[in-house]
Amino acid sequence: MAWQRALGVLLFLVCAPFAGGLLGGLDRKLSARLQGRQGPPVLQPFYDVYKLFHKQTIVVNRLQDFLVGGYFIFSIFTGCLFFSGGDLLLAFFALTLAEIFLFMAACSANSPYSSMGAQRELVQIMSYEPMLLLAAIGLYMITGSFFIDQVADRGISAIAFLPGMFFGLVFVFIIKFRKSPFDISASHHAHQEIVKGLTTELSGSELGLVEVAGWYEDVLLLGLLALFILNRNPWSILAGVATGLACYFLLVLVDNLFPRVRWEKMLNWAWAVTLIFGGTNLLVLALVL
Amino acid sequence: MKLSKSPWVLHYDGSSCNGCDLEILDSTTPVYDVERFGVVNTGNPKHADIFLITGGINAQNAPVVKQLYSQMPDPKVVVAVGICACDGGVFKDCYNILGGVNKVIPVDIYVPGCAVKPEAVIDGLRKAAELLDQKQKQMKKKRAAARKEG
Amino acid sequence: MTIVAFLILFPFFAAVVLSQMKKPGKARDIFLYCCSALIIAAVIALTADTLTAGISRSYLIETRIWDRIILAGEFALMVLVFYYGFKFRKYYVVLLSAAQTVPIGWMELSGRSVEGEVHITVDNLTVIMCLVVGVVGSLICIYAVGYLKDYHRHHTEYRDRSPFFLSMLFVFLGAMFGLVFSASLTWMYFFWEITSICSFLLIGYNQSKIAVRNSFRALWMNLLGGLGFALAILYSSLVLHAADIQDLVFLGTAAGSRAVLTPVALLAFAALTKSAQMPFCGWLLGAMVAPTPTSALLHSATMVKAGVYLLIRLSPLLRANVAGVMVTTIGGFTFFAASLLAISQSDGKKVLAYSTVSNLGLITACAGVGMYEAVWAAILLLMFHAVSKSLMFLSVGAVENSTGSRNIEDMHGLIVRLPKLAFVMTVGIFGMFLAPFGMLIAKWAALKAFVDSRSVLLILFLIFGSAATLFYWGKWLGKLVPVIRQSERLPDTVHKDEWTAMWILTALVVLICVLFPLISTRLVQPELIQMFHIRLSAIIGTEDVRVMIMMLCMIIVLPAVMWVLTSINRKKVVPSYMAGVNEGDDRHFSDSLGQPRQMYLANWYMEDRLGENKILKPSLGISTAGLVILMIVAIGGAL
Repeated sequence: MAWQRALGVLLFLVCAPFAGGLLGGLDRKLSARLQGRQGPPVLQPFYDVYKLFHKQTIVVNRLQDFLVGGYFIFSIFTGCLFFSGGDLLLAFFALTLAEIFLFMAACSANSPYSSMGAQRELVQIMSYEPMLLLAAIGLYMITGSFFIDQVADRGISAIAFLPGMFFGLVFVFIIKFRKSPFDISASHHAHQEIVKGLTTELSGSELGLVEVAGWYEDVLLLGLLALFILNRNPWSILAGVATGLACYFLLVLVDNLFPRVRWEKMLNWAWAVTLIFGGTNLLVLALVL
Repeated sequence: MKLSKSPWVLHYDGSSCNGCDLEILDSTTPVYDVERFGVVNTGNPKHADIFLITGGINAQNAPVVKQLYSQMPDPKVVVAVGICACDGGVFKDCYNILGGVNKVIPVDIYVPGCAVKPEAVIDGLRKAAELLDQKQKQMKKKRAAARKEG
Repeated sequence: MTIVAFLILFPFFAAVVLSQMKKPGKARDIFLYCCSALIIAAVIALTADTLTAGISRSYLIETRIWDRIILAGEFALMVLVFYYGFKFRKYYVVLLSAAQTVPIGWMELSGRSVEGEVHITVDNLTVIMCLVVGVVGSLICIYAVGYLKDYHRHHTEYRDRSPFFLSMLFVFLGAMFGLVFSASLTWMYFFWEITSICSFLLIGYNQSKIAVRNSFRALWMNLLGGLGFALAILYSSLVLHAADIQDLVFLGTAAGSRAVLTPVALLAFAALTKSAQMPFCGWLLGAMVAPTPTSALLHSATMVKAGVYLLIRLSPLLRANVAGVMVTTIGGFTFFAASLLAISQSDGKKVLAYSTVSNLGLITACAGVGMYEAVWAAILLLMFHAVSKSLMFLSVGAVENSTGSRNIEDMHGLIVRLPKLAFVMTVGIFGMFLAPFGMLIAKWAALKAFVDSRSVLLILFLIFGSAATLFYWGKWLGKLVPVIRQSERLPDTVHKDEWTAMWILTALVVLICVLFPLISTRLVQPELIQMFHIRLSAIIGTEDVRVMIMMLCMIIVLPAVMWVLTSINRKKVVPSYMAGVNEGDDRHFSDSLGQPRQMYLANWYMEDRLGENKILKPSLGISTAGLVILMIVAIGGAL
């Protein structure tokens, strides 16, 4: 099945930025329509990134290049691991490594806004991390493997056993996708109290790299949601993609409906949802299986 | 693809009476929706391509404007919005006013009005975006010339 | 056998010599270097020997004389405790010490004690412990040479008792070797008590008021554990006629774990105190008043590892019974609570202390699960933790000697001021919580084991605790990396001895993540097969190992690639964004009067939610209640 794995990686490497960018464009268009505006073209994210790569890059220090590079490489690496059917937990660990690189890049600038954003980012990671791990554990419990190709190769979709985990995951993805009410470290929207938070001190091609890495990450996360739907039936791929898109739409809706909250609320809610929905689901599985 | 498709803006209020600032905000509302052209108000010089300044320059904000300008990556365009930013407007003769934005940094586009109309702001932004493309071409030429020499 | 005897006795000999070398100088340094090198060489020889000769060997069948010597030693230790107890008027330690030594002495002298067949054994677990104690411990001793010079230059208020200090370090190593080689419970108990008293003496090294208080706290907590140990010996000798852990394991597998539940619960209790699990974490937190080598030794290579070592030995008896539930619950809870508590700390050593407590909680929980995979994770955690944590302690100590502070806030921008130390520290932190480095691999295996044993509570403790772990290590990392404009590089005042130890440990942190599959197949798995009589395939598959090595290579190669790329395309460097009022140095901004004002960037500590005064007492209360109830259930249920 080596060719399948290679195909998965290749498809991810080539298609994910397009899919991710397009999703970003749809998000902006949809948000604008919800607000009664015409909104930017759907391809706007690509225009933005094109511009970023053609601007002069100014840096605060040279360490940033390395750290942003680390973030970029490891986000893509995570995706490759995921779409080649690799180990789910290892993929999450690689994702954490990527996040820490981005966090360090923001810290290295020694700037008030980006440092504040970095600290908030760390709280965000702390908020969603348990649910991610729990989701991986849930999938492991019903399939006996952390390997994604084996998780997907089942008669019945995982969501039948893991509805609580699925809900919890969608909930913490509000944080992961940087959507209001939990977009406290950096937001897609203009003008916030800490400027652009995490990415304040990044510019030009460095910011472009962060944007593209974000697209890769978005596709990976939606892929994770789709994994709950996938089963042996080839049509389930379509259902998985549809579920991913539906969840994304839901996230955009939430983004437009709720005002930003303080970090305590984010942490409390995320951990409470993890404990109540994920934990209960886990308990039931442990008792039944 | 062109740079002009994605003009990101930094908006700075010099010593404006806030009239022009409100009009700039107006231009982002559903009626005018400047985001149609890809305009985003970033509030961060390091992400911005276009520097929108309202109000005149006084002794206190002159260094601030200079610093913000210096922190923007090339190519960049400066737009003076409103008559005060263009040349000081009604405050021109005040003891603390140095004059328009062009007293401290080079201004590319002047958008007059008191207060400016949102349509005028959008017009200025479109012009500024086109100028971005031109400046990028110049940058390329310069770099090519430098490479030949080097 | 010669190597074993050498490893136990030589450190004591070195300690005696060192205590007589009153003058610090070249001669002492060279002697200490030689001793450390000899110990490391002996440990490596032992490892090679075990790897080639096969798995488990026993020595010393007939040992009447040695038994008497050890009994005399126990009484000597009691006298020592009496001396300090009366001198500082802490009579409770006198009571605790008498309560355990006298019954043991009575049992031995009245001939009621059971003579075991074996007193010394060498198997793979011993070898692993020897590697940890020998290599990491010796490196810490080498570090201590340079460290003490600076320590006494900075702290002129304390009397320089460095000969005593250095000799105590070696006594500690000797006691640890003795502990891991002993098969007989009585012998183990003797070395166990030496480590308790040694740590007491080392913590009280500088004789300040707070040091004395904390050292007595360490003493009474460990003596309480020792009391548990003594009771376990009494019970197993008098009731079960078992003299060593192996006997207990045989009994447990033959007659069901219920029969041996009482001594196992008591031994586990002793292990919990030694490993500083809640509610006994206080002594380890107090131990940081001592000079850094002490804390490094206590936290990483010795002392606390003795507790989890005992638990790992007991682990086949902890599977699915009340004692096991006690160990896993306390361990899991400690992991979670200590991780949260670490968030609110800004003192570098205190963060390390809480992190030690929490990681040991994880090892404890793994050992308590008592399954093949869990114990695999426990052993690997033990090794990885020793290497990374000692590196962290040594680098914090070096930073403290260089900058005069060990507060994490004061390490802001260390990468510019002390780049080498910042690098070493970064490697240490990466080793503590990030893939593909050591601790994370083991944590991953632990997670798998918890899931396989269906322990929902442990899974929840682990995932939430890990998130907190990520937070406090992450923010420490964030303090190191800021590149501050125009900040000066500080002179590198770190001694050569200290660098030797730190570079070797840095290399070990990286090497061990490449070598761990080898360690696992050659050392850990044979041991586990013997322990659990089952054979499992590799816990972490070769494919995952390959991926992790790939990640490691990427992390190593990336800086070089980026350096080349950015050298080609030089980028413009500008000051950071401060709303246009940056004074140009990234550290000051102009206020509304045009005056420069300093900017200060602090980490988040969440004092009002996770501060020590908020959650320490409740956690201690919960864990005490849990421990007492489970102990009663375990012992009461068995009796």
